[in-house]
Amino acid sequence: MAGWAAVAQVLTVVAVLAALYRPLGDSMARAYTSARDLRVERGLYRVIGVDARSEQSWRSYVRSVLAFSLVSVLAVYLLQRAQSWLPWDLGMPAVGEHLSFNTAVSFVTNTNWQSYSPDVTLGYAVQALGLAVQNFVSAAVGMAVAVALVRGFARRRSGTIGNFWVDLVRGTVRILLPGALVAAVVLIAGGVIQNWAGVTEVTTLAGGTQSLPGGPVASQEAIKLLGTNGGGFFNANSAHPYENPTAWTSLFEVVLMLAIPVSLPRTFGRMVGSAKQGYAVLGAMAAIFLVSLTLLTVVESRGAGTAPELAGGALEGKEQRFGVAATTLFGSVSTLTSTGAVNGMHDSFTALGGLFPMLNMMLGEVAPGGVGSGLYGMLVLAVLAVFVGGLMVGRTPEYLGKKIGPREIKLASLSILVTPTLVLAGTALSFAVPAVRADVEATSLWNPGVHGFSEVLYAFTSAANNNGSAFAGLTANTPWFNTALGVAMLLGRFVPIVLVLALAGSLAAQDKVPGTAGTLPTHRPQFVGLLVGVTVIITALTYFPVLALGPLAEGL
Amino acid sequence: MSSPRSTWPHLLVAVRALLVLTLVLGVGYPLVVTGLGRVLPARADGSPVTDASGAVVGSSLIGQAFTDADGAPLPEYVQSRPSAAGDGYDAAASGGSNLGPENPDLVAAVEERRAAVADLEGVDPADVPADAVTASGSGLDPHISPEYAALQVPRVAAERGLAEDEVTALVAGATTGPDLGYLGQESVNVLALNLALDALGG
Repeated sequence: MAGWAAVAQVLTVVAVLAALYRPLGDSMARAYTSARDLRVERGLYRVIGVDARSEQSWRSYVRSVLAFSLVSVLAVYLLQRAQSWLPWDLGMPAVGEHLSFNTAVSFVTNTNWQSYSPDVTLGYAVQALGLAVQNFVSAAVGMAVAVALVRGFARRRSGTIGNFWVDLVRGTVRILLPGALVAAVVLIAGGVIQNWAGVTEVTTLAGGTQSLPGGPVASQEAIKLLGTNGGGFFNANSAHPYENPTAWTSLFEVVLMLAIPVSLPRTFGRMVGSAKQGYAVLGAMAAIFLVSLTLLTVVESRGAGTAPELAGGALEGKEQRFGVAATTLFGSVSTLTSTGAVNGMHDSFTALGGLFPMLNMMLGEVAPGGVGSGLYGMLVLAVLAVFVGGLMVGRTPEYLGKKIGPREIKLASLSILVTPTLVLAGTALSFAVPAVRADVEATSLWNPGVHGFSEVLYAFTSAANNNGSAFAGLTANTPWFNTALGVAMLLGRFVPIVLVLALAGSLAAQDKVPGTAGTLPTHRPQFVGLLVGVTVIITALTYFPVLALGPLAEGL
Repeated sequence: MSSPRSTWPHLLVAVRALLVLTLVLGVGYPLVVTGLGRVLPARADGSPVTDASGAVVGSSLIGQAFTDADGAPLPEYVQSRPSAAGDGYDAAASGGSNLGPENPDLVAAVEERRAAVADLEGVDPADVPADAVTASGSGLDPHISPEYAALQVPRVAAERGLAEDEVTALVAGATTGPDLGYLGQESVNVLALNLALDALGG
């Protein structure tokens, strides 16, 4: 693809997002602040048994999030274990216990890591009743937590941060469901399938046979991307022509992944009463995003490495209808939004090209990050950035009129330490424990040498940051990886959520302090630069050594 | 619900919430989308294509192998890209090779494919385009590049006793993209092209 076309596709995405930013961000702000319930919502609250007018303390909010997620994990686990008794199982047997655990955790944590090949593992019942439902509600949980944190900044002297069940229902009913319905229809128009026909055997032109799959794909594909989930209906994910048939559907899917995470800063700005604060957060997200995308596209287009140079381009694992630039755009967006969908195989990217998806995830999924999780992740970094700024000028740091004291800093610092700990510990244990290492090397690694190490590093990075993409050559359907990655996904999702909600509670309880001449303004380019700097430096300091062992060793 | 201090009430609410949301999102939503999809049945059912006799021979979106039972290319057909899906274009086992850029297996495979294509087409190995020696991400790529199609025109024309111009015209007819003039790449649908060739006779 010519250079101008690569730029033009990005400009198209930027233009669409710019048009969506205010209307979508404002409507989300209304959804989460409105005093009125829709009739369907009142019905849901009656069935669920909640009083929509009641409010929760942060501790109660945490209990609700954890209770809902626990029940969800159990439900998805049991659905898989009972698959052979369900209708539309396509004759597939019950899923094993390790894999069922991993997959249940994966979809509940909005990760959508897939240790299995869906083509040969899951029938339509588990996909629709288990996975598609979690694609909605795990996204709604992320948005609810983000909104609760924003309320912490917006409220003063408040003992409550909202009602989780109301946030869950409204996020689902007012934002995700209408969006997914529209998106699914657009995808069908592009050629994404939506049927319950099972497998159709055809005799090919050359006289062979081919088993064409069916399935409710469009409905799942729409929410897979809109909710930054990323779990493919098929093994090839969005490289599969039935998930992503054309170059324009690929661009549409890119927009779906970005729409909510990019518009949430607007929601944030509206709720704290200053649209400029939203633009500052968006500015930091956009700066990281554009630099990362540009670098990956340039590196991958150069096609360095033995096999790509021999082939005349880095096209192994890439589709002809997309080409390099549409694949790097999709891959960048997918790993910067915590989606984890792929329209080309990251394992076969050039060595330095494969570095970028990893780096994108290591940034903590904040540029713009997953639905909700991206915003609360970036706000935690903003708290740290004002702290760093406060140290420089020797004043008590404040953000949006809230004093950032010892408790806030402890919560924010702990929150950003969780995922690096999980990534580095998980990768290290895979190679340091002799028995585990023997199993990993014998069973799981697909590529030899440092690339094999990168596969394991990628896996833990993806799981702990709740992304879900993979260097997919890795055979992760082993007791070690299913368990270790499952634990990484659980802790990587819920420990930060608990800390963020505690932060929300702490902030909500404070009064607002008026700004003075000494207050660091947080809506100017200076602060955007500081925020980007803090984000990048934390990541670089944490991960440089381990990256040097993997993709850097292979690519330099 | 107000703010109970124990966790049990939360769990009961959670069970009810998940059940009702499963009905709405896991049953209602996909069925509504299925209903809406009936407006475009051909798309929703997988874009099947038929041969001259009306028999379904595949999908315009899913690539096929044009090889004999032993995997040798059928010379009268335009060939697809290499495929890592099962034994090649196995639509029940989509996926890429996932071989890394320095993997000796991939290096060997690229060399082997380049030699095989050059041999089949009777061209200089240096003239074989990249898509002809690399497997796609899905293993079901329905397309090849216009360059790879052009490379195959002389062979196919000779095998079928057609003029090269006729085959080139059919290639143009099976070529699509880039979408909107700049999204993705210009691509030739191999199944559509081979169906057109069969329809021409010869």
